[in-house]
Amino acid sequence: MAKVASGAAPAAAGPSSRPAGSSGTGLNWLPHLVLWLGIAVTAFPLYIAFVASTLTPQDVAQAPMPALPGAHMVENYQAILIQGMKGTYLSPPVWQMMWNSLLMALIITAGKIVLSVMSAYAVVFFEFRGRMVAFWMIFLTLMLPVEVRIVPTYEVVSNLKLINTMTGLTLPLIASATGTLLFRQFFMTLPDQLVEAARIDGAGPMRFFKDVVLPLSATNIAALAVILFIYGWNQYLWPLLMTTDNRLDTIVVGITKMIGTGDATTNWPQVMATTLLAVLPPALVVILMRRWFVKGLVDSEK
Amino acid sequence: MGAISLKQVGKTYGQGAKAVEAIEGVDAEINDGEFVVIVGPSGCGKSTLLRMVAGLEDITTGQIAIAGRVVNGVDPTDRDIAMVFQNYALYPHFNVFDNMAYGLRIRKVPKDEVQRRVEKAAATLELSHLLERKPRQLSGGQRQRVAMGRAIVRQPQVFLFDEPLSNLDAKLRAQTRLEIQKLHRGLGVTSLFVTHDQVEAMTLAQRMIVMNAGRIEQIGTPEQVYGAPATTFVASFIGSPPMNLLNGQATAAGFELGTQLLPLPGPAPRHGSLALGLRPEHTEPGTEGDPACWPLRVDVVEMLGAERLVHGHLAGAAFTLRIDGTLTPPHPGQTLYLRAPAERLHWFDPSTGQRVEAAR
Repeated sequence: MAKVASGAAPAAAGPSSRPAGSSGTGLNWLPHLVLWLGIAVTAFPLYIAFVASTLTPQDVAQAPMPALPGAHMVENYQAILIQGMKGTYLSPPVWQMMWNSLLMALIITAGKIVLSVMSAYAVVFFEFRGRMVAFWMIFLTLMLPVEVRIVPTYEVVSNLKLINTMTGLTLPLIASATGTLLFRQFFMTLPDQLVEAARIDGAGPMRFFKDVVLPLSATNIAALAVILFIYGWNQYLWPLLMTTDNRLDTIVVGITKMIGTGDATTNWPQVMATTLLAVLPPALVVILMRRWFVKGLVDSEK
Repeated sequence: MGAISLKQVGKTYGQGAKAVEAIEGVDAEINDGEFVVIVGPSGCGKSTLLRMVAGLEDITTGQIAIAGRVVNGVDPTDRDIAMVFQNYALYPHFNVFDNMAYGLRIRKVPKDEVQRRVEKAAATLELSHLLERKPRQLSGGQRQRVAMGRAIVRQPQVFLFDEPLSNLDAKLRAQTRLEIQKLHRGLGVTSLFVTHDQVEAMTLAQRMIVMNAGRIEQIGTPEQVYGAPATTFVASFIGSPPMNLLNGQATAAGFELGTQLLPLPGPAPRHGSLALGLRPEHTEPGTEGDPACWPLRVDVVEMLGAERLVHGHLAGAAFTLRIDGTLTPPHPGQTLYLRAPAERLHWFDPSTGQRVEAAR
């Protein structure tokens, strides 16, 4: 792991070394200014959410809302994490919603990667009847995102009696063409002679897959995993439609359900606390996997 | 043991009207322990033939046997061969040791035996200090040696080389050529080596197979191929610069080239339409006025260091001549007089391209 990380350092430094070369023009402050503006625009709502999550509902309702954090942070987070929201929507505790989201995101990530690596391997390295047909069928699904096929998908899942199960929640989201496409492009860059050398060395298809193809795809898999984890974590429409049992609510669905409709009041500090908790795991994944992610996108070890 | 036998081997791509014959009716016997080089221009089918022996390409017709066993339907894994590829095809994520050991591990060779064989091969190839490195940390020459090491540790019946030197620079190529020769002498394993480089072919081969357009033109030792080319193709392909070929009519008086008559040092093998071949290095200087001499009008002179190439025209046909670099060079426009030694003349049938033996 450490070895790989050290190998990634120059790759990560590569793109950033180019803007540094323009320092001679005296316009160094401009990119910095743009970056700081971007950070401000992104970070300000997060800051407001954080401040709101440390106040009482009455404080938040004031106009203007206090700009500095209040004293109720621990109490708000504790309440939401352990007991959940009490109101018109009796939510499960937030830790359980986070667990649901995590499980869903991980299953989707793992499922998609396994499926796409294997299907790309079949499409690239094997000659069989209907190979291109299979590839184009996979490719065509790119044009049918979840939203488009949501009604028939619901029907299928409901007929399979998978409503209100984790399987029903994840399975329809696993089938995907993006991963297959990505790995297909990568596999096609592997030289034919490498495949032939392995054949002569006596490696069968499974052995070649395990010993050569998978290790060489490691960085691609890592990069895709980051993208897919966030994709899975952010799923909203399908979980909303699919689950009627509150215990299976994911955190993204939970947040919308927490916001009261009609005359019901909303406990904004608790909603904001939940929101920040929902942002945390994807952010952590990106930060921790940053090196692998960049390496997977810029560099292929061939 | 490791003899290779090719019987009427053919390869056709595509089917029906669009079928392309890449290789047709190749017959060759390669003895055990022999180093045979297949040489030919690009697209002549030499790599395809090698890949058919390896089992990487199907055989359309004919039969290939390795060590007495017909291997037409046998998987490359089970042919007891090892191959060195042009771009080395090392596993990029394995270090040098694992690259060499991979084939043995798959074959479930015991661990200490793997260790022993890899270390021995590494010592032979001077790779011992690089065993922990990854291929991308090696130079081209080192990668090439790892690729050979991977072949050696397997202890196969046959080594197959697919242009393994063409990615190396000229100096390294010459050096690796010597190493391959040394290696072959040490191991004595049957080797089949494909190249488009005639220097490689001449220096490495015990016997060479010259191929053109999917057919074998000639099989023989380098001496035979150079000294008695079987066809006009071989004559012009082997030797640098290529042999001069003059198309004309042989008569009792000499060799008619267009309107001019060249005197012959000996009788032509037959009268009528013939192609006369003479290597640039096999002419002798003559004197002006000698009726047995051929006049050459000089166009261009090239200096190569030890020698000079003189390009010119002989009775309207292009003709090249090689002379010692220390001699005073002729200047363009000048006429040189040459003598052609009888034993150096080659005769070919211009319609078939086949060699016609001179009557001795």
